[in-house]
Amino acid sequence: MFYYLALAAILFSIGLFGVLTRRNTIGILMSLELMFNAANINFVTFNKYIAAEALLGEMFAIFIIVVAAAEAAVGLAIVLLIYRNWNGIDTDNYNVMKW
Amino acid sequence: MTKYSFLICLIPALSFVMIVFFLRWKEKLSAGWSIASILISWVMSIIVLIETISRNGQPYEASYRFINLPGINIEIGILVDALTAIMLVVVTTVGACVEIYSVGYMRGDSLFSRFFAYLSLFLFSMLGLVLANNFFMIFIFWELVGLTSYLLIGFWFEKKSAANACKKAFITTRIGDLGFLVGLFLIAFYCGTFNYGDVFAKLSAGVMPLGVLTATAIFVFSGAVGKSAQFPLHVWLPDAMEGPTPVSALIHAATMVAAGVYLVARAMPMFIGTGNGAMVVAIIGLITSLLAATIALTQNDIKRVLAYSTVSQLGYMIMALGLYGYDTYHGSPSVGYFAGTFHLMNHAFFKGLLFLAAGSVIHGIGTNDIREMGGLYPKMKTTAITFMIASLSISGIFPFSGFWSKDEIVASTLHHPVFLILTLTIAFMTAFYMWRLCFMTFTGKPRDLDRFNHAHESPRVMTWPLAFLAFLAVVSGWVGMPWLHHGFSSFVYAGAHAPEHHAPSYALMIISLCVALSGIGLAYLMYYKKSISPEAIGQRFRLLYKLSFNKFYFDEIYQVAIINPIMSIARFMWSFDVVIIDGAVNGTAWLTILLSDIKQWFDVWIIDGAVNGSGWVVRQIGDGLRFIQTGVAQSYALTISALVVLFGLIKFELVYLTWSWPIMTIIFVMGVTALILVSRVVVTRQELNSDISKEDKV
Repeated sequence: MFYYLALAAILFSIGLFGVLTRRNTIGILMSLELMFNAANINFVTFNKYIAAEALLGEMFAIFIIVVAAAEAAVGLAIVLLIYRNWNGIDTDNYNVMKW
Repeated sequence: MTKYSFLICLIPALSFVMIVFFLRWKEKLSAGWSIASILISWVMSIIVLIETISRNGQPYEASYRFINLPGINIEIGILVDALTAIMLVVVTTVGACVEIYSVGYMRGDSLFSRFFAYLSLFLFSMLGLVLANNFFMIFIFWELVGLTSYLLIGFWFEKKSAANACKKAFITTRIGDLGFLVGLFLIAFYCGTFNYGDVFAKLSAGVMPLGVLTATAIFVFSGAVGKSAQFPLHVWLPDAMEGPTPVSALIHAATMVAAGVYLVARAMPMFIGTGNGAMVVAIIGLITSLLAATIALTQNDIKRVLAYSTVSQLGYMIMALGLYGYDTYHGSPSVGYFAGTFHLMNHAFFKGLLFLAAGSVIHGIGTNDIREMGGLYPKMKTTAITFMIASLSISGIFPFSGFWSKDEIVASTLHHPVFLILTLTIAFMTAFYMWRLCFMTFTGKPRDLDRFNHAHESPRVMTWPLAFLAFLAVVSGWVGMPWLHHGFSSFVYAGAHAPEHHAPSYALMIISLCVALSGIGLAYLMYYKKSISPEAIGQRFRLLYKLSFNKFYFDEIYQVAIINPIMSIARFMWSFDVVIIDGAVNGTAWLTILLSDIKQWFDVWIIDGAVNGSGWVVRQIGDGLRFIQTGVAQSYALTISALVVLFGLIKFELVYLTWSWPIMTIIFVMGVTALILVSRVVVTRQELNSDISKEDKV
C-alpha cells in the first residue's frame, strides 16, 4: 500500500509542480491530468485495502476520468480562444486580471 | 313677515359681499344693487312694523342655541318688539335716503363702489344690532358698527385730519366699549345668560346685589356713553365730521349714535332696578346736552354745529330715559321712556335731513364755513326750504315732529325742577343756534362772492331724499300726539311697562313753544336784522365765549391728562422693547450662531475626520494590497498550495507529533519567504531586461 500511495504522492507533486511552473497553458492542463490521476490512484488504492468488496473507489475513479475528459475538452476550447485573442498560449500573454 | 325679519339685516350684508367681490369695478351697478337691497329691507321693515302694531307691540322672539357651556349659554336670535320695529323703519328709511343721496354726493369719487359697500356693511351691522335678542349679539354688532364707522369716517383717508378723526372715533368709543364688556361679564357671571328677557327676569328676582347691579348698569351705560357721544366721551363725534356728509347723516345723526340710546332703552329694566344708577344716566345726559348746546352756539363749521346739536339731542334722550328709570324706581309716573324713544325716531329724521341738506349746501358752495356763505336761498331753494323745515322741527315749533317729542322730554322732567329749567334753556339754545345757522347760510348778503357765484342747486337725486325726509320731519311726530290714546306711546309701552296715559299739558306746550320762538327770535335779531351785534355779546361774555368756542378745552385737557402720559409710557415701553426684549432676542441669536460655529468645527474635524479617515485608511491598505492581485492564476494556485501545506504542517506537528514548537512549519515558512524574495528579484530583473529589449527594438 505504501508504494501505491507514494506513487500517487509523487505523481501529485509532479502535477502540482507542473501547474505552478509551466508557462504553456497546454502544459498546465497536462499537469492537471497528472494530479487527477494521482487522486484516482489514491481512490483505487484505498478501495482495495480498506473496503475491497464495495468497488466505490473504482466507480469514483471512472467518474473522475469522465469529468477530466470533459474538463480537458472545455479547457482546450478555452485555450484555443486564448490563442486567438492574445496570439499565444503562454500564461504571460493573458495576465489582464490584475490590479 | 316678522318670522323672516332677520333677512332685513342679511340683505345689506349680501349686498356688501356682492359689491366687494363682484361689482367693485361697476360703479352704477354697485350703487343700484345696494340701493335696491336697502329698499327691500325698508319695505320689509314697514311690513314688520305693521305686523307688530297689529300684535299690539307684543314681542316676537326666535332664537337657537349658539354656544352652550356649563354656567353660560349664548344664543343667536331675533327679538321684534315695538322698539325694534320702530328702529328698523328708522334705520332703513334714513339709510335708503342716504344711499340715494350719496349717488349724487359721491359722484366722481374714485372709491364710489367702496363707499356703497361700506354703507351696506354699516346698515347690516346697525340692523343686526337692533334685531339682536341678547347682549352677546348686540355687542358683536355694536363692535361691527364701530368698525364700519371707523371705515366711513376715514373714508377719505388720504386726508390727515380724516385719518386722525377715524382713529379718534374708534379709540374713544372703544373706551366705552371696554366698560360695556365688563358689564357683559358681570351679567354673564350673575345670570348665566345673555337673553334680554331672561336677564331682566333674573335681575328682578334679585340675583345681583344692588351695588353690583348699579355697577353693571353703569358699565353697560358706559358703552352707550361712547357710542352716543355722551360726556366725557363726546369728543369724537365733532371730529367724525371729517367723513363724507352722507356718512355724517347716516351714522352720526340718525343711526349709530342712536345705538347708545337704543341700548339704554333696551336695558331699561336694569336701570329701573338701580334707581339712583338711573339718576347718573340722567345727569350725564343733562351735562352732555347742556355742554354740547353751549359749544354749538359759537362754532362756525356748519357740520360741527350739527354735530354738537346731535350730541345735545342725544343727551336729551339719555336724560329722559334716565329720569324714567329713576321715577319708575321711586314709583312716580313718568313719560321719559316714551319721550326718549319718540325723540330718537324724530331726531333721526330731522337730523338726517339737516345733515343731508348741509351736505347739499357744501356740495353746492364748496366750503363748510358758514362765514363764507350767506344769501344762498335764491340759489338753492329746495335745500334751503328742507333745511328750514328741519330747523323748525328741531327747535320744537308746532306742529313739526320735534315739537311733540321735545314736549314729552320736557314733560318727563316735571318732577325735577333743575332738570326742567336746564332742559328749557337747552331748548332755547337749540332754537338759537339752529336759526343762527339758517340765517347765516341762506339769508343776508353773500360774504364770499366768488363762491356764491359758483353755487348751484344739487341734482335731483340729492334733493328728492331731502324732500322725502322733510315730509317725515313734519309728520313723524304726529303719531305721538298726546291726544292719540293708542298712538306711539301705548305702542312703545306694550309689554313690561303698562302705560299711564297722561292728559296733554297745554301750559307746558305753550311754554316750550315760547322758549323755542324766543330762541329763533334772538337769532333773527342778531343774524337777520343785525340789531344786536353778536360781537358785542361775545365781548361782554368773553370767558364764556372763549370756553364755548374752544369746546371747553376738552381736547386739550385730554391731550395733557391722558394722551401725553400714555404716549410717554408707550415711549418708555418702546425703549424697554428695544433694549431688553430685542437685546434678549438678538443675544439668543448671537449665542446660537456661536454654538453652531463650535458645532461646525466639531463636525468638520471630528465627524468628517472620522469618516474620511476610515476611508483614507481603507484606501491606503487597498493601495498596499492590490499588488497581491497579479492576475496570474498560477501565483494564486501557488499561494493556495503553500497555505494548504502550511496548515497541514501545523496540524501534523502540533496535534500528531505534539511538539511545543512547530519547527518544520517555521522552516517551511522561512523557505517559502526566501523563495518569494528570490523570485521577485528574478522577475524584476526579467522585466528590466524586457523593457531594455523593447527600447532596443524601438
